[in-house]
Amino acid sequence: MEKFNKLTAVAAPMPLVNIDTDMIIPKQFLKTIQRAGLGKNLFAEMRYDNDGNEKEDFVLNQPAYRNAEILIAGDNFGCGSSREHAPWALLDFGIRCVISTSFADIFHNNCFRNGILPIEVSPEELEKLMEDAERGANATISIDLEAQEIRGPDGGVIHFEVEQFNKHCLLTGLDEIGLTLKKENKVAEYEESRKLQQPWL
Amino acid sequence: MGTPRTLYDKIWDSHVVDQLEDEAYILYIDRHLVHEVTSPQAFEGLRNSGRKVRRPDATFAVADHNVPTKDIEKGITDPESKLQVDTLEANTAEFGVPYFSMTDDRRGIVHIIGPEQGLTLPGMTIVCGDSHTSTHGAFGALAHGIGTSEVEHVLATQTLVQEKAKNMRVTVHGDLPLGVTAKDIALAIIGKIGTAGGTGHVIEYAGDAIRALSMEGRMTLCNMTIEAGARAGLIAPDETTFEYVKGRPYAPKAGMYEQAVAYWKSLSTDEGAHFDKEVELDASDLIPYVTWGTSPEDALPITGSVPAPGDFADEGKRGAAERALGYMGLTAGMKLTDIEVDHVFIGSCTNGRIEDLREVAKIVEGKKVKETVNAIIVPGSGLVKIQAEAEGLDKIFEAAGFEWRQPGCSMCLAMNADKLDEGDRCASTSNRNFEGRQGRGGRTHLVSPGMAAAAAVTGRLTDVRELM
Repeated sequence: MEKFNKLTAVAAPMPLVNIDTDMIIPKQFLKTIQRAGLGKNLFAEMRYDNDGNEKEDFVLNQPAYRNAEILIAGDNFGCGSSREHAPWALLDFGIRCVISTSFADIFHNNCFRNGILPIEVSPEELEKLMEDAERGANATISIDLEAQEIRGPDGGVIHFEVEQFNKHCLLTGLDEIGLTLKKENKVAEYEESRKLQQPWL
Repeated sequence: MGTPRTLYDKIWDSHVVDQLEDEAYILYIDRHLVHEVTSPQAFEGLRNSGRKVRRPDATFAVADHNVPTKDIEKGITDPESKLQVDTLEANTAEFGVPYFSMTDDRRGIVHIIGPEQGLTLPGMTIVCGDSHTSTHGAFGALAHGIGTSEVEHVLATQTLVQEKAKNMRVTVHGDLPLGVTAKDIALAIIGKIGTAGGTGHVIEYAGDAIRALSMEGRMTLCNMTIEAGARAGLIAPDETTFEYVKGRPYAPKAGMYEQAVAYWKSLSTDEGAHFDKEVELDASDLIPYVTWGTSPEDALPITGSVPAPGDFADEGKRGAAERALGYMGLTAGMKLTDIEVDHVFIGSCTNGRIEDLREVAKIVEGKKVKETVNAIIVPGSGLVKIQAEAEGLDKIFEAAGFEWRQPGCSMCLAMNADKLDEGDRCASTSNRNFEGRQGRGGRTHLVSPGMAAAAAVTGRLTDVRELM
């Protein structure tokens, strides 16, 4: 997994609430058996018409936002299906950070397993960031994970919270499975005691 | 006696293997269900790192999302769908994971066959790379969806790194009136608290109305919990649960079963346990629900009218309502019962069980599906199909003009050939009315099985109580 520490990039505004993972990556693209290559289909039904042509009014099709690496979105981002194809598609497009007032739990977890930082801010902070993002490519936003700070184009600083384990994983690009496997003896111990207490399992 | 604990606290505590740092714990997983869409990259990850499946005996796989519901004997024609199912078959063979093939009568939607086979038991932790894993909470199991990276983590370690969620309780008092079902309770709750109302929480359902539900109804309710933003729903196990589990193929056998029941009886929330959030509802006030928009929270009683964006105080909700009305092709103020449908879908992990099909049969027996409506019924599993046919339900459905299909996820998410075309409008017993969910440009109204049956007969959203 790619590490995440600091990022300064264009932020694309998506002032919609309840952006679900079906919107982020529609099901016809879930038939892949790989992780890579989903970026071209990110937000496919909002981004392309029925003939596959780009819709001009969709934010990521506008020249200012084609290289956006941050998304600023409405409440409850990533709700619905658990498909990890959603963060894979975001990452493949180049998005490394999503900022919203809240995230669906499974999507939130999936982001951290893929080097994407989801940041939760207050409604007032979101409004300000949305305005900043609407200024286009001239207004970049900076993220500092170590310091847990968002810096707007006008220098305003927003502090954000992040779970320490998740922060550590992103900063170091940690192999979580490897970490758990180091605790193999504890897992084996647990299994032994369970066999006695609940032998039907 | 220690501090009073909730049911969630108890299951959590009994599965903690270790604490990693501050809020992160290693939680043991008792049952891992696997399907073809969210597992190929996980098995590939194991292969690339030379890792094995730690407990194939605690893992179970089936293909459900991509399988055709017509002419299954001919196999899958879509090459991408076929590759995905073939990949699951190859992976389960390579890693020694038990698997029901597409020709096995016991196959079906993963969340239907888990309980049906006794793979789902009270007190367990259950995960699957599918958000509707919350279904299994109906048994008093802590069950939730995970992403593919976590699928790989569970395959390799039989554990998951987790933060503990908060406790929320939804109490539903009283008796459900005629024509009102678990689906209506679910939609009423989501309509009330919103699709982010349960975020960060595990919801325990309590109250007389919940106790009175069958296991099928409890599964419908817990299934929709993810639509309220909570990862998991829980219902404390009771005699209804034990009776359902008894004698199922993978359930504890005689001797062991009694020992298990004694433990399962301890699985309830202690008097005085703390809940971070409480919601109460009166079942006797409920009437059948339907969704009008593109989020499950856009739910209203069937006697209502399509709202106007101005009815919402919140700016974000106003914008969402305006977009939803445009997408759904509806005008504010029109009566919900004036909305005409051209498709009806009955099935899914929400409402594809035998009780759901019996409910439909009761409504449509001796009636006809309106000629303008294309109506399909997709049983949730091979065993549900066999049971329905043994009861003669298929004959009732076909005589009424429904198509009786083979089991699978089907038009709930339209990954196979069953999908809506642009502008099609469907009364659906599934769980999500998102834009494009049942096919690009398709319009979904979520309803109970009885309400779907009523819509099939009249060709419009209909109060099922009028047909009872």
